[in-house]
Amino acid sequence: MARIELIDIAHSYALSPTEEQRSERTPWALHPMTLTWNDGGAYALLGPSGCGKTTLLNIISGLITPTCGKVLFDGQDVTHRDPRARNIAQVFQFPVIYDTMTVFDNLAFPLRNRRWRKSDIRSRVHEVAELLELTGDLPRQARGLTADAKQKISLGRGLVRPDVAAVLFDEPLTVIDPHLKWLLRRKLKQIHQQLKLSLIYVTHDQVEALTFADQVAVMTQGQVVQTGAPQQLFETPAHTFVGDFIGSPGMNFLPCELTDDAALVGEHRFAIDAAIVSRARAQGAPYKLGMRPEFIDCSNTPQPQSQHIAIRSIQSYGAHTMIAAQLGQHALWIKAREDIRLSTDSAWMRVTPEHVLLYANERLVKHEAH
Amino acid sequence: MKPTNQRAWFFVLPVLLCVAFSAILPLMTVVNYSVQDIISPTQKVFVGMEWFQAVLRDPDLHAALMRQLAFSATVLAIQIPLGVGVALIMPATGWRASLTLALIAMPLLVPWNVVGTVWQIFGRQDIGLLGHLLTRFGVDYNYAAHSTDAWLTVLLMDVWHWTPLVALLCYAGLRAIPDAYYQAARIDGASRWAIFRFIELPKLRGVLMIALLLRLMDSFMIYTEPFVLTGGGPGNATTFLSQYLTQKAVGQFDLGPAAAFSLVYFLIILLLCFVLYNAMRQADERGPPQ
Repeated sequence: MARIELIDIAHSYALSPTEEQRSERTPWALHPMTLTWNDGGAYALLGPSGCGKTTLLNIISGLITPTCGKVLFDGQDVTHRDPRARNIAQVFQFPVIYDTMTVFDNLAFPLRNRRWRKSDIRSRVHEVAELLELTGDLPRQARGLTADAKQKISLGRGLVRPDVAAVLFDEPLTVIDPHLKWLLRRKLKQIHQQLKLSLIYVTHDQVEALTFADQVAVMTQGQVVQTGAPQQLFETPAHTFVGDFIGSPGMNFLPCELTDDAALVGEHRFAIDAAIVSRARAQGAPYKLGMRPEFIDCSNTPQPQSQHIAIRSIQSYGAHTMIAAQLGQHALWIKAREDIRLSTDSAWMRVTPEHVLLYANERLVKHEAH
Repeated sequence: MKPTNQRAWFFVLPVLLCVAFSAILPLMTVVNYSVQDIISPTQKVFVGMEWFQAVLRDPDLHAALMRQLAFSATVLAIQIPLGVGVALIMPATGWRASLTLALIAMPLLVPWNVVGTVWQIFGRQDIGLLGHLLTRFGVDYNYAAHSTDAWLTVLLMDVWHWTPLVALLCYAGLRAIPDAYYQAARIDGASRWAIFRFIELPKLRGVLMIALLLRLMDSFMIYTEPFVLTGGGPGNATTFLSQYLTQKAVGQFDLGPAAAFSLVYFLIILLLCFVLYNAMRQADERGPPQ
């Protein structure tokens, strides 16, 4: 177990790690960033394909040496150490198994390479196999198994060493059957609580990230745009990308103009604290109002501070109702209760002020200055 | 499903004719020869199994077969491991990879008889670089006089000519292994040897089987190189099966015995390949011993 710190790391596949010149034109796969992961936490790296998640993960595990910056494990500089010396476990997107070995030998392989005693290996492998429900398969040839079982073996090899600094998962459930995905994810969570390992989990699936991790780092285009607890990411996205990426559908963003104490979306006025407006102006245009579809209330009659909207469609999803509405010229989604009854052409919407967030230059304008 | 018309025959027929004229008819002719004594084009006598019995009892043929088996076994024992080794140290990307590939492939482009001639001159004591140097350093090397030297020269020639084939096949096999395997092995703390033993070798299995079969069949039919070098000599030292066959058929015009011989030869190759292929297939299904 270790506390992992990334200090000013950045990576570009175009430069060799020794050339430390930074310029505007450098094609960064990973922009300079500083991040800390505490010992024993369950973390997720969330982002769309190609955003640099895997690069970041490989920098932590040591498969890639970053172009610049330092990687610290418990305060020790490990930037130039290989994965073996860092004592890291990693599970890959597609199952990697040693074809010619039995399931037992596959699980024992990392321990044998580290010269464990035979009896210790046997008890540890059985322990891990028990956790992953692989005990019955232990004597079988690994290559004859299904993709699901093979990926379980890969997971097992990741978890078999009890003394690792962290276990890294690179979208490990991609090839797994949907119903088994739920089971395995719960299992991983359970294992995390039992073994107190530090886990870092890379995924592009928000549900996976939000259910698995205590802390989620959201990435896009080589940058971490926000790190926070799932609830924080949902309620106060720090960046329009986070608002859009997390939630289904994502946050509504309405382009707006600012007055001294309000934001105007066309002729619709949303009250905004004057201090926030001035900070937004300092942050720069464009300005957008963000509202979660879940936090918008709808009714057939006007209420204080409510806005008139046109209804374009109402669709029931069983557990909830999705309303496609229009506020002035801007489309927005509203997620309402299943039993809502609205007239089919127009309605009134209302959002409590703390759920109306102002974004300037794509970043959240915070309530109090740091 | 019942075929509604016979039009499919039009597509198959040309191939059938080609195969018939290029393989089946010649083979039948050989079978025909092997059971007849051909005295002149118009005079033939049916002799049954006589030629086969004679061929199977022929001590020269036994000697040639033993020589052949020893040669093929040695060739495989050298070329397969060497080819794998070369493939492992070949660079994987960049201009170095292209350059090595081109260099490695070069011997494969040289025709057999040229290979023989090149080595024949290379090994000569008076004007050949190899022969001259060896003699200079006091090694008594003379492939025309010593059977060991002739043997070694043919062997070296074949290794030079055909190891690149094994290397190229293995190289292609190695490039097909996904990066994740190597990364996982690094994470698992595997040594270089363990990576070879547990990742590379198992993934090369199919490619190696093909290489082995190709080299077995090819080396079993070696003819041109020893013929160009010493004509099968000194004595009979490098007279392998095909050479002996040619001596019989073309040299002495013993068509009957030669035909019987070539059928036996054909069966031996078929049998060897069959046994080898099945042994490897079975090993594949059972998985290698731990």
